[in-house]
Amino acid sequence: MGWQYILIAVLFLSFAGYFLGKKKSVQSTNGDISQLRSQPNYHGFYILLSVILAPIILIFFWYIFEGFFIREMVLSALPQEAIKQSEDLTYGIIKAIAQGVKTVKDPLSLLPEAAVHYNALRESSNLILTILAPALAVALFIRSWKKIGVNFPARDKVEKIIGCVLGVASFIAILTTAGIILSLLFETLRFFNLVPLSEFFFSLEWSPQLAIREDQVGSSGQFGILPLFTGTLLVTLVAMIIAGPIGLMSAIYMSEYATSRFRATVKPLLEILAGIPTVVYGFFAAITVGPFVRDLGATMGFSLSSESALVAGGVMGIMIIPFVSSLSDDVMNAVPNDLRDGSYALGATQSETIKQVVIPAALPGIISSFLLGISRAIGETMIVVMAAGLAANLTANPLESVTTITVQIVTLLVGDQEFDSAKTLAAFALGLFLFVVTLMLNIFALRVVKKYREAYE
Amino acid sequence: MNNPNHIGRKFSLAYRYKKEKLFRFYGLLASIIGLIFLVIFFSNLIGKGKGAFFQTQIKLNIDFSQEVIDPNRTGDKEEFLKANYGGILKDALLKRFPSVSGRKDTRSLKKIIGQGGIYKLSDLLQERPEWVGTSQEIWMIASDDIDMYIKGKISTDVPDDMRRVNDKQIEWIKQLEQSGQLRTAFNAMFFTSADSREPEMAGILGAVMGTALTLLITLALSFPVGVMAAIYLEELSKKSRFTDFIEININNLAAVPSIVFGLLGLAVFLNVFHMPRSAPVVGGCVLALMTLPTVIIATRSSLRAVPPSIREAARGLGASNLQVVMHHVLPLAMPGVFTGTIIGMSRALGESAPLLMIGMVAFIVDIPVSFDDPATALPVQIYLWADSPEKAFVEKTAAGTLILLLFLILMNSLAVILRKKYEKKW
Repeated sequence: MGWQYILIAVLFLSFAGYFLGKKKSVQSTNGDISQLRSQPNYHGFYILLSVILAPIILIFFWYIFEGFFIREMVLSALPQEAIKQSEDLTYGIIKAIAQGVKTVKDPLSLLPEAAVHYNALRESSNLILTILAPALAVALFIRSWKKIGVNFPARDKVEKIIGCVLGVASFIAILTTAGIILSLLFETLRFFNLVPLSEFFFSLEWSPQLAIREDQVGSSGQFGILPLFTGTLLVTLVAMIIAGPIGLMSAIYMSEYATSRFRATVKPLLEILAGIPTVVYGFFAAITVGPFVRDLGATMGFSLSSESALVAGGVMGIMIIPFVSSLSDDVMNAVPNDLRDGSYALGATQSETIKQVVIPAALPGIISSFLLGISRAIGETMIVVMAAGLAANLTANPLESVTTITVQIVTLLVGDQEFDSAKTLAAFALGLFLFVVTLMLNIFALRVVKKYREAYE
Repeated sequence: MNNPNHIGRKFSLAYRYKKEKLFRFYGLLASIIGLIFLVIFFSNLIGKGKGAFFQTQIKLNIDFSQEVIDPNRTGDKEEFLKANYGGILKDALLKRFPSVSGRKDTRSLKKIIGQGGIYKLSDLLQERPEWVGTSQEIWMIASDDIDMYIKGKISTDVPDDMRRVNDKQIEWIKQLEQSGQLRTAFNAMFFTSADSREPEMAGILGAVMGTALTLLITLALSFPVGVMAAIYLEELSKKSRFTDFIEININNLAAVPSIVFGLLGLAVFLNVFHMPRSAPVVGGCVLALMTLPTVIIATRSSLRAVPPSIREAARGLGASNLQVVMHHVLPLAMPGVFTGTIIGMSRALGESAPLLMIGMVAFIVDIPVSFDDPATALPVQIYLWADSPEKAFVEKTAAGTLILLLFLILMNSLAVILRKKYEKKW
């Protein structure tokens, strides 16, 4: 029986429990419901929740860990010499044989036997779950059923259970962060076992190709993050040169000059720019902007490549405009009018007021909006993958093609991968670096706002 | 002494007013530049993508002769599959253009019909076995190069041998056009088929299904968990170090680059739990973790917007904490919760980087129907097509982005309508 059917059986039992519990609580009062300590439906809910939770958790963990344990058992039962290629590949073949998709012709192969083993394990695992989960549900049903009575504080119990469930839900955020940090850290440590820390941070070369033969030229692969980091910074810089002034000036115009109708139409329209998927920007950059820049260069006598930091950064800048403008607009709107009125009273024009009063007052918010834009640009993937190129050039020239951290993560991990080569593990080291940099930028941005925010009123 | 020049030009009123005007103009200019980007962007995509909704078709008189299809007169449909449909197609073309001879010309002639033509003929006979032994007029899909030429994407300025469409083919196309055997029809295939190596046969349905399955998982996980977490943090928990820590965590997760979530999915879901690669279930889990902070933050702010007087009134009537939330606060906050969820989902819809990490970039010809079928998603399909060298894929890509944007606009307008209709000012 598949886990879906077990789940349906458990659900059925728990819903039956709801109605039965409700009925029992009413009967226990001999008709006078007001004697009940909790209302009848809470008695029902008590049974429902007690029956449903533990089996669902059981089924969930079973589903997740089943594959893991079966794999370990099948592979450990195989003699070492039967695993010719990597464990993953061998296991994939065993699974394919077990499902009857593949047949092995070699009569000496141990894999068909392993496939039989695999099928047997799967079946027994399924059988155990089919017995265990409903049995657990029935046991819980009987246990909670016995408790129902006039004096049973069902509501308090139900609220306690729900409170716990809600608490567990909020704990998932911590689990996610922990999962990110642990998984990145673990793989990164494995990477640094293969490649020294000093090479990663100080080498000027990035060429992660590993040689197929030992004696090939450049067989070791070079893992210096510097060219990637400068590439990322260059693209980010170009993006901010576009997004910064345009975003800030349009924020100023919308919060200080524009009529409320202009603001109500233009602000949401600009925010559309932030909602467009990045892959669409990437396509736009690769198909329209890149060739445009190349042709423009050709008419002026330069030979430019259509993949460059300028193209990727420029298009990314368009995407970041609303990040800067919306947030800056909000903080400038929050500056109280008293300050403006005071400035006008001293004879300042509106632009002088903005430059000398409003912007300084809103500066922490504006800075943090820039920082958030930068962190967004650093972590942006699709635009640079499609428009920035793959060559790891250590250059400050935006017309050259550069590569970024995110591009390299994608190119290292898309396609065939084996999990013990430095090449694949390097992606995780890059990911950890990216995570730490953006995390610090975000924390710093929040700090700036918190520390320097002027509290008016 | 009253001479303004004395104070300096910099402080003269006229100069200051001029600067004022200039500053204001820059502000307007910046807003307008932003809008111009938006207009260029959309008009460019629509201009590039509209072609993909139409395809060029060529009408041919196809002779399903008994000798070729079913020489033994078995009438068995299985037998039909073995016939040489390429030959049938070639004969039909040669019958239309009897003057063509020589290997090279015959090959160019065959190339005006798309690669899928032979499958189409075979499928037609499976549906209508009575056609065996007859001749039928059938609209065949032209090859992608001919399609591009008809749509004006291939210019004839380049010398003959540098072009994807040669002069002879152009001549035949003109003849077909004159005899009414060439038409541009609505490309229904784009909406009913999955990816293909042949641009004229590639469709979007596979990717749309993949996205739908993925987002279903995302919604099923992130909505309940997000709402429950928000209720706990906002209404039930006492402020403590622990809840502060959760809060910091959530805010940071909201700003983590999406590709990092992909790395998490790869390391945990695929390498530790051995969940299936390229499957919507894994993609959905990864995107759910990514949208969770958005849902939590939106839910908390809409819970906070419900005035305390409602809570106090309920408590005054003897409601417990949970009853206050479940019966009063949450129902009132629901429009805000839905809006936040939709916005989170629309972000998940456009996200592709994490899906690349967990292998949802494969070339998949079958339309996925279950959560662990290999699948790809709409934005990833766009990425794949954008990478393809064939010129005809450019318009497919643009059309794909148009469909993606259409979904996004629908979702966002739903969010706006919900907010407008149910938003309460307390």
